[in-house]
Amino acid sequence: MKMALSNKTKAVLLGPLNKNNPIIVQVLGICSALAVTSKLEPSLVMAVAVTVVTAFGNVIISLLRKTIPNRIRIIVQLVVVAALVTIVSEVLKAYAYDVNKQLSVFVGLIVTNCILMGRLEAFALGNGPWPSFLDGIGNGLGYGWILVVVGFFRELLGSGTLLGHQVIPQFMYDAGYANNGLMMLAPMALILVAVIIWVHRARNRELQEETN
Amino acid sequence: MNREKSGYTIIYAAVMVIIVALGLAFTHQALNERQTANVNIDKMQQLLRSLNIDATAAEAQQRYGELVKNAYLINSDGTKVEGSEGTTPNDPAFSTTPGDEEARGLPVYEAEIEGSVKYIIPMQGTGLWGPIWGYLAVESNGSTIYGAEFGHQGETPGLGAEIVMLSFREQFIGKEIIKEGAFKSVAVVKPGQSVSNRDYVDGISGGTITSKGVDAMLLNSVGEYERFLMNLNAVN
Repeated sequence: MKMALSNKTKAVLLGPLNKNNPIIVQVLGICSALAVTSKLEPSLVMAVAVTVVTAFGNVIISLLRKTIPNRIRIIVQLVVVAALVTIVSEVLKAYAYDVNKQLSVFVGLIVTNCILMGRLEAFALGNGPWPSFLDGIGNGLGYGWILVVVGFFRELLGSGTLLGHQVIPQFMYDAGYANNGLMMLAPMALILVAVIIWVHRARNRELQEETN
Repeated sequence: MNREKSGYTIIYAAVMVIIVALGLAFTHQALNERQTANVNIDKMQQLLRSLNIDATAAEAQQRYGELVKNAYLINSDGTKVEGSEGTTPNDPAFSTTPGDEEARGLPVYEAEIEGSVKYIIPMQGTGLWGPIWGYLAVESNGSTIYGAEFGHQGETPGLGAEIVMLSFREQFIGKEIIKEGAFKSVAVVKPGQSVSNRDYVDGISGGTITSKGVDAMLLNSVGEYERFLMNLNAVN
């Protein structure tokens, strides 16, 4: 296990959490970041689902990488991802029905999440199972924390609740405060992601693009 | 074996597909019972919500059993279909989806709340993005609404999706479906407007098409039960 978390593999795991974040740096997986974050609970479940699928998808493709014919490479990746997502969807329907109702079609759409196919192509095909697993976990968590932050603000400001529990006290509503309806719509999620990118780039100057 | 050869590619693809298919079929089979149970409990929760009872998934089955005393199918003339009685998920009423053209009849549920009978009418319609549905609980006079529950598949959050909220649903309590001896149902109008000869409720601001869908559902889908409701009204 000493070799398991060498500096290189640590970078694989931690990179996507910050400097190589799938959503705010690689700009992948935006669609579902908008769609499921109107409440915090679906954001959390989606984050876990994507992390699980990316990690295990990465491992499976990594284990198979020396056997996959080049001509059907993308198809094999797609089949693996689709099968994993179907299994996740079935498990959710059986054990977390309410959350599955909230996520509805977006669980199935994990298949189309660019992050998954992106990592399979960019990493799993050329690396061993353990680093691939960590890369999957890292990207899943990098995606996940953005979703949680966006979901947190959208639910707090858009519904006054967190995880379904009323957080904004009644006296504020009586004083004239109203929930921000705009927070419930998808464009607001995009604006929130933009604000996160803004803060992130300000703190990591090397990520800022050159302008003339 | 060279992995770029066609033969290898075809065999690889075939084996992969077979393994995945078996794996998915096995998963589905293993989880199917729990999934069906969840769907049934969800339906029971919806029926209970139409009776203004908010039950958690854990208590839904028990409360449903306590309150829903009977369920059966009816013909379009309002008479009961022979042998269709039964309240469990395997019985005709619970297992019939409204709108199913091959069904033997229209499902009706009878609930008993504090000694008085309420009739629950399932309804279905079309919203903006997909199907909408609901359950209307009616007093034994076939006219006064006791409670209403609505559901949708993909209406816009914050707009059409608001039909599931208590604030929309509770408007229906006390409204009359039958007025002046005729089936009028309840209209859903733009907030601020009114209707002269029918009871009405306010639609959702910004959710016009979904509101119109609910309006049409109340008229057409509940309209299929017109004879049944008029018969109740004549007797009570």
